[in-house]
Amino acid sequence: MADKNTVSITINGVTHDVTPGQRLITAAEKVGEYIPRFCHHDKLEPVGKCRVCLVEVEGPRGTALMTSCTLPVSDGMVVHTTSEVVKKAQAGVLEFLLLNHPLDCPVCDKGGECPLQDQALAFGSGESRFIEEKRTYIKPMPVSDLVLLDRERCVLCDRCVRVADDIAGDPLIEFIDRGSHVQINTFPNEPFSSYFSGNTVQACPVGALTSVDYRFKARPWDLESVGSVSLVDSVHSTVDVHTSRGKILRVYGADNAAVNDGWLSDKDRFIFSAFQSSDRVTTPLIRDGEDFRSASWSEAIDLVASRLGSYVGNEVGAIGGANGTNEEAFALSKFMRVVMGSPHVDAQVGDGIDPHLAACVNPRATINDLDAAGTILVWGPDLKETLPVLYLRVRRAVLNGAALVVVSPFVTGLDSIATHVVRYRAGSGPEILRKLAHRDDAYQAVTQSLSNGPVVALVGRGSITENPDLAVAVAAFARALPDATLMPLLTRANIFGALDMGLAPTLLPGRASVGDKTSVSALEDAWGPLPDDSGKDAMAMLEALVDSDLRAVMLVGTDPIRDCPDPELAERALDAAEFILALDAYVTDSTSKADVILPVAVWGEVDGTATNLEGRVQRLHRSVQPLGRSMALSAALDSIALTMGSDLGASDWQLINKEISETAPAYAGMTADFLTFEVAEEGAIVPLPGASQPLGYIPVDMHVPVVTDRFTLHFAPSLYDAGILMSHSPVLRGLVATASVRLHPKDAAALTVTDGTSVSIGGHKLPVTLDGDVPERSVVLPHNHEATKAIAATQAVRVETQRGDA
Amino acid sequence: MTEMILTQRMTAHPSDSHTLSRYLDTGGYTALTKALDNMSEEEIVEEVKASNMRGRGGAGFPTGVKWGFLAPAQPRYLVVNCDESEPGTFNDRQLTERDPHQLLEGIIISSYALGVSHAFVYIRGEYPKAARRLQRAVDEAYEAGYLGEHIRGSEFSLDVTLHLGGGAYICGEETALLNSLEGKRGEPRLKPPFPAVEGLYAKPTIVNNVESISNIPWITANGGAAYASIGPERSAGTKMLSMSGHIRKPGNYEIVMGMTWRELIYEIGGGITDGKALKAWIPGGASSPWFVPDEHLDTLLTIDDVASNGSMVGAGAVIVMDETTNVVAAAHRLVRFFAHESCGQCTPCREGTSWMEAVLKRILDGNGRPEDIDLLLDISDNISPGLKWPPAMTTICPLGPSAVSPITSITRWFMPELEAIIAGSEVAVG
Repeated sequence: MADKNTVSITINGVTHDVTPGQRLITAAEKVGEYIPRFCHHDKLEPVGKCRVCLVEVEGPRGTALMTSCTLPVSDGMVVHTTSEVVKKAQAGVLEFLLLNHPLDCPVCDKGGECPLQDQALAFGSGESRFIEEKRTYIKPMPVSDLVLLDRERCVLCDRCVRVADDIAGDPLIEFIDRGSHVQINTFPNEPFSSYFSGNTVQACPVGALTSVDYRFKARPWDLESVGSVSLVDSVHSTVDVHTSRGKILRVYGADNAAVNDGWLSDKDRFIFSAFQSSDRVTTPLIRDGEDFRSASWSEAIDLVASRLGSYVGNEVGAIGGANGTNEEAFALSKFMRVVMGSPHVDAQVGDGIDPHLAACVNPRATINDLDAAGTILVWGPDLKETLPVLYLRVRRAVLNGAALVVVSPFVTGLDSIATHVVRYRAGSGPEILRKLAHRDDAYQAVTQSLSNGPVVALVGRGSITENPDLAVAVAAFARALPDATLMPLLTRANIFGALDMGLAPTLLPGRASVGDKTSVSALEDAWGPLPDDSGKDAMAMLEALVDSDLRAVMLVGTDPIRDCPDPELAERALDAAEFILALDAYVTDSTSKADVILPVAVWGEVDGTATNLEGRVQRLHRSVQPLGRSMALSAALDSIALTMGSDLGASDWQLINKEISETAPAYAGMTADFLTFEVAEEGAIVPLPGASQPLGYIPVDMHVPVVTDRFTLHFAPSLYDAGILMSHSPVLRGLVATASVRLHPKDAAALTVTDGTSVSIGGHKLPVTLDGDVPERSVVLPHNHEATKAIAATQAVRVETQRGDA
Repeated sequence: MTEMILTQRMTAHPSDSHTLSRYLDTGGYTALTKALDNMSEEEIVEEVKASNMRGRGGAGFPTGVKWGFLAPAQPRYLVVNCDESEPGTFNDRQLTERDPHQLLEGIIISSYALGVSHAFVYIRGEYPKAARRLQRAVDEAYEAGYLGEHIRGSEFSLDVTLHLGGGAYICGEETALLNSLEGKRGEPRLKPPFPAVEGLYAKPTIVNNVESISNIPWITANGGAAYASIGPERSAGTKMLSMSGHIRKPGNYEIVMGMTWRELIYEIGGGITDGKALKAWIPGGASSPWFVPDEHLDTLLTIDDVASNGSMVGAGAVIVMDETTNVVAAAHRLVRFFAHESCGQCTPCREGTSWMEAVLKRILDGNGRPEDIDLLLDISDNISPGLKWPPAMTTICPLGPSAVSPITSITRWFMPELEAIIAGSEVAVG
């Protein structure tokens, strides 16, 4: 008899102590007895459908065949996995599965990594006795814009259905018909449009589901796999990047139980096509009248160095730096503060929240804390649209029993599973917060839920129109809830890493405050004197450019005209700037105004580390060479610094990584070697034990005014927006929905407009969609859409009909 | 027929046995009154246990024992299986069409005994008349206070909901039925958990057949011991049999088990049509292995005797085949049925049944090969390892092994005929 934490099972005559609660198929695999499987998947509930995992289990009434994927291990269980009866049953199932299979392995993408191939070889009989006509279907059949289905190859294992239904909550694919005509299909006129559809392709144990971008591109044995981290959003899903002949061909989710648990959003999975776009800037560009001309790096660097060198430090600012690695962000932070002597750095573009709240809030939640939460509070952007993998984790926690309170001015993807949804009119968030804080009778049930700890509060800015101070006030409220931990929500790529590297006017590397003398002097010991002035944030920099207080600006992978709340201000600011250096991979509305564009390497082309929204640092691995003559941001900055006569020490990412671990307090010990050799599987949360975080930020309640104008504006984020990567991804850009103004039917009636009528918002005409989910006297527009990009993100808004104003 | 429990009323009053007024003036709902007024829930369960009635849906599991497995959680449900789809069975149909109040009274008493406040009847979609009559009976019962709140002034309340199936044989399997009732695909569930622990809407559920439940009023009124005293000890009570095929007097019969098959076929059924010879019969519905005259005419018709001879009484469908029957064609027809009705969720049934169907079809089309016999048996073995009875299975539910029964029946009893068809020679049938 094994001890309490194990049970004893006998497999093929050998006794093993195994963990109770697990299924036999898993327990057997862990002790080296592999049992074939198709429907079994570690992350999915067992269905016992394919029957290939049959084994013999001894029982009181003799030995019986049982599916090992459905059978929990129990003490004293005696199992035979290789008896003649088992071998015959398994071979029989494999023969059944292959009867109608087209055996088109030579042209099948799965060939070479196919469990059907592998297991037919290992457990099958080797020849077919089937001489009847095979079942045929029209193929491939698109089930969505991204996924194709070959029903002839399908073994009907139910994995894709379970992934779509149980994991993603998008029950859009199902079995239809019955008997030997059973097939996977979508519902009539309802494609499998799920943000998580690519997971079905990865989970498919045969070549039945293929993605449009990978189909017929490579053979598995030609692929090289490199572990890395997705930088599509701030969740940083762990991935395997598959390349062939120097090109990324496929991105698969890697099994990191602390983050994405193997799953990816389709944006994580398919966005890499944007990096292969022929629109990439691949050589340095120097302004030549209305146009740019290509230039050599040396010419461009000389020009940049001489122009930047002509300004006094605080005449230059840098906006951006959130798209790359921590090392690149650190290099930018150091370049500005040490080489330029400027305090004006900001990785946010007026679209974020207080950097102290984002980087230093205490106590901070991890993603895994969701699983133990009594109640989860989400008051911020729609997670499904902005941080889809975090949405999956919240969804899973809720399905496992956590209560969920969603507070939002508009419908979010989590509403349907929320315990309570508090809907408020955009601009009246502070009023709702006051009522919740005062336990207003109208919110008794919500208050009750929030008193059930541990509470994990996910707090951010629901819309770019929302006052960023509201997030601080909400965080202060949430922090007082029982056993509360906070997860600040910002969505952009490596924004948390960038803030941690000091890319904020109020922060120094390692979560130190510019106002903290000890931190400043410690950093000055390493870097030399830091700028005396207080820095400007991005909006202040743009205003200063207009006022000529700031004369030059560096745009680092950012497009303020598109991203900041006031596109018109950004445009004027960039027009007014004397010198603009863009470090970017694309020509954008903003970088097209630059004097010099230096082509920087993008995700997949650089090594380094990145920090996600829980403070988890993971290792990014380069999988391909930078496109054209692109160069890592840090290397470009290092060259500029050298030409300006300074040594930035950023020629190599490992040098920077070492310097971060030595000079950024919260990152002490967080070296690339540590990540690689100690905890590489899941990354690690900073600060590590023993390291310090000088600034432990505790949010305080702030007075935030309620906006009472006739109409208020909510910019609803969408995963498929007109962002720079989406726009350059041939795979994804077709998925952007058309834009309309969402109005409550009552307001539409008052304005005498109906579905499809056009109204004008800020001078931009858009069709109206009536939507009862929009609070009265509120207007919802898609954020970052071609049709809305020029509309200022102000809370109060005017809605004009053709007949006049309203 | 010495004893009639279920068919007494419909025999005596064929024109209006289904109405409430006739039901009441032939003693209807007195058992319910007795139960509510004089019996505790446990006492009724004890009477059902004492009756030794074995479930009439096919598996023959004692109804009282099954009731004892019901988990304590509330709510809990009673689901009556009227998805009578086994080829050759039509007795639930008659019980429902002709005596719906008897079924309903059984439902009410059973629900009272089981602590159920919502019962469901799943009726196959091809039984519109049965559904209409049962719905009318339900409406009448609500009207008369036999259903609804505080039945007959007691503390007991019950709602009954009828649900029409969509025409799938598999929905007669109790867990597929529950899935279908929940609005899901009609696919059998993995067991455990069994419905008594986790059934409809994941709550404790008893699923009983129409005939079983229709016996409950009689057992309540007359006591379990009286029921147990009818017929052989382990096949107590009466059994409805549906006789069809080449038999002179096809139809439903309520019989007391214990007679020989010879008596059933030649006395009750009146013998074979046109005086022809008996070639084989299916004793318990399409999924049961066949019996043949040389071996089984003097076998006793009891649940255990039939089982020990390698078949089952099942739901009571007796299909008789005379000497002119092409048994290979008959087997093909049965296998085709199962292939068509396979839900398709598990591999051996989905692929195996249609493969066997295709092979049999090819043989009948004159393209058989000698090795097809071994092939058919090996496919069968991969669905039902060892070809034992009761069958082992590689499948989730017994539908796959059901399709094996016709194959093993013809290879066991009619091998020369099968070989002759494959060889292409004239087959001596008839």
